[in-house]
Amino acid sequence: MPKIVIDGQEIEVPDGTTVLQACEMAGKEIPRFCYHERLSVAGNCRMCLVEVSGIPKPMASCALSVNDLRPGPNGEPPQVFTDSEVTRKARQGVMEFLLINHPLDCPICDQGGECDLQDQAMGYGRGVSRFREPKRAVENRYISPLIKTVMTRCIKCTRCVRFIADVAGLGDLGAIGRGEDVEISTYLDAALDTELAGNIVDLCPVGALTNATYAFRARPWELTKTETIDAMDAMGCNIRVDAKFDRLMRILPRLHEDINEEWISDKTRHVWDGLQKRRLDTPWVRENGRLRPASWEEAFDRIAEAFPKDAPDKAAAIAGGLAAAEEAFALKRLMQALGVASVDCRPPHVPLGTAGGRAGWLFNATIAGIDQADAILFIGTNPRYDAAVLNTRIHRAWFDRDVPVALLGEKPDLFYDFNWLGDNPQVLLELAEGRHAFAEVLRKAERPLIILGMGALKRPDAATLWSAAARLAQSVEAVKEGWNGFSVLHVEAGLVGALEVGCLPDDGGRDTAAILDAAEQEELSFVWLLHADELDMTRLARPFVVYQGSHGDAGAQIADVILPGATYVEKDVTFVNMEGRPQMTSRAILPPGEAREDWAILRKAADVLGVDVGFDSLEALRKAMYETAPHLAAIDSITPADPAGIGEIARLGGAIDEAPLKAPIADFWLTNPIARASDIMQRMSALRKDRANAGDAPDGGNGGNGGTAAETTGREAAE
Amino acid sequence: MRIGQAIKSLFLIEFVKAVALSMRYFFAPKATINYPFEKGYLSPRFRGEHALRRYPNGEERCIACKLCEATCPAQAIHIEAGPRRADGSRRTTRYDIDMTKCIYCGFCQEACPVEAIVEGPNFEFATETREELFYTKERLLANGDRWEREIAANIRADAPWR
Repeated sequence: MPKIVIDGQEIEVPDGTTVLQACEMAGKEIPRFCYHERLSVAGNCRMCLVEVSGIPKPMASCALSVNDLRPGPNGEPPQVFTDSEVTRKARQGVMEFLLINHPLDCPICDQGGECDLQDQAMGYGRGVSRFREPKRAVENRYISPLIKTVMTRCIKCTRCVRFIADVAGLGDLGAIGRGEDVEISTYLDAALDTELAGNIVDLCPVGALTNATYAFRARPWELTKTETIDAMDAMGCNIRVDAKFDRLMRILPRLHEDINEEWISDKTRHVWDGLQKRRLDTPWVRENGRLRPASWEEAFDRIAEAFPKDAPDKAAAIAGGLAAAEEAFALKRLMQALGVASVDCRPPHVPLGTAGGRAGWLFNATIAGIDQADAILFIGTNPRYDAAVLNTRIHRAWFDRDVPVALLGEKPDLFYDFNWLGDNPQVLLELAEGRHAFAEVLRKAERPLIILGMGALKRPDAATLWSAAARLAQSVEAVKEGWNGFSVLHVEAGLVGALEVGCLPDDGGRDTAAILDAAEQEELSFVWLLHADELDMTRLARPFVVYQGSHGDAGAQIADVILPGATYVEKDVTFVNMEGRPQMTSRAILPPGEAREDWAILRKAADVLGVDVGFDSLEALRKAMYETAPHLAAIDSITPADPAGIGEIARLGGAIDEAPLKAPIADFWLTNPIARASDIMQRMSALRKDRANAGDAPDGGNGGNGGTAAETTGREAAE
Repeated sequence: MRIGQAIKSLFLIEFVKAVALSMRYFFAPKATINYPFEKGYLSPRFRGEHALRRYPNGEERCIACKLCEATCPAQAIHIEAGPRRADGSRRTTRYDIDMTKCIYCGFCQEACPVEAIVEGPNFEFATETREELFYTKERLLANGDRWEREIAANIRADAPWR
């Protein structure tokens, strides 16, 4: 533990601490551009220069370890001066050099107002320049349709290069040229083939990389910032939603060490336009086969007429992947009060919740636990699409610690080496019985991590695969004291929350697959869909369908009554992420038009249908929910599941289909109604399809000829 | 004392003095002017009605940086920005000034990096209705076109002190 004196204040720091980190510990601010906590150290911006005793020249504090400093002649600890004349002059000099080629076009730059260079030039610069020669100009580069580049503003900090290489795992972005001619480029002017590219916009300390979809729309000082939770995947990424008056402007990541660190996927970031397009802003009722706008009273009257009061077994309800915990709970309560047993929140065939309790459906290892895993097996999932941010942790495990990774299922392109075990589900049985080579790797590992994806759980034989994965977890001792490596990788934000509050069929009730079968055979006359769009809607053509949701998507097409609900940025609700961590969203804007918060719609429906659900306010609803699932009251903390449940699942057994294991998500950009309503997502999806058609398929490497039609269109749009 | 008073009264000295004063002012130059047919002197720094200027080639100067909106103490300015269709450059899609809120402090003019928004020499823009004082971008640009010569002369005159 070396000691160091910073501006006269002596502190002791852990081994390997850099001077910059030590200064931060001592509460001294060091200006920096290239240094970033989560990226490798480059030391090329020179802004963090400090004066160190015994060294004649100022030193770059980000790349200088405290251990490397020599003590004074009498053994006194080395001294660092962060506010001396030398330090100040060094910073002013560096700032003057950085601004030599910077265009100073702040008034038309989108970074203006939140720009590191602006702030630090004010704080540490000289205020004047002695440079009278012409400035250098750089041609703009195309790196992604979602990123606008103005490369003349670039100060060559290479944060973007390091993020793409170290975190996202691509080698596609780099610096070419030397000295004044250094340029950031994708070499071939092809779009970055990663779902995390948007993060380099946040990393860029200047306005060289800006958000193309936010171009010129607003200034940071006029935005209302709301800290909330994302619902585009099941990770529960922490986000900040920026709105101007009643319009969403952009979505940014928020720091949460145990979930998303400070990254979010491009879908989370750019879905904002979908949140305000194709919205259901008034109730609709079907009349003579056509939908027409109606009043709330009329819509509820229709529902009261259509509900089979005398035969509740002819009614059913399904909660979808965007329904929050409170709403799933309210739906379950309503249906219970009505005597309807057929309530489900799971996609067809998903067996989660039928055995083993919470341990069966949670990502038991926790997302932060991936950093401790020393062997990883994926079954029926493509982590790159299912949870793009989680994939960065897997990449880090492979990159930093050489953790062996294997994948059973459709072969993805993951930017790291993995052992592909094929897509035959029989291999899972071989693994569970120890007949496969990778089972040995898992057994030798101290903390093996078995990640079961929705690709394996949405099949008719899902229960068998679920059970086989549990057997595998037991046989390789993935479930033991202090470590539970049996983890389910969810893709829908609401599913875990709905499972936690028990939105499952009662005794004698049908599950989702059975509801669809029964609807086809006219055994059902009434189906309530709550934010449920990912079903085969042709099978629900016969019964009276009430669709409660936010967007005019699949569910609304076949509905007889549409009740307009709110999206995740328009209500204060709980989403439970795949680890079982409840997190609360906050309202950033109001729902459009006549749309209402979903719990209130369900409460009103209880009135109309003449039953009592036992809550009149959101607080009362939460209180009732916490009685059912007490661990949800502990916001932002994980209550571990009892691992004994995994043994119960292991005993299920069953026969396996021959059908190959598929990835759960076919199109990353269009996984839910909000994303499908987004123009940006549609464009990205079309771009990816074009790339695939042009022979640059996702698993055909990251090369890219950069000449396809859609890419050219995307490039024009970005410029 | 009494004699002095008597002489003043006898010779109407105070009366004569008063007439002299009246006559002096009668022939002196007038302080008042015959507004609106005559107008007084205006400083080049006079802060009157707002205008949005153009470059000599007709291109509007405003680049939608929103600094005037940010600095406006009365929050009278409202701007919406977006990429211009033709070349994707940053332009306003909306530039509104609520002249009933404006306090004519001139901060917008000070903040503007391209001398687009200025307070011109015009002070005669009274209206019959309140709504007419909600200026839009078109109105402001039209003001700029009408007053460009005077505004440019004023800016030139004031330049040495800036």
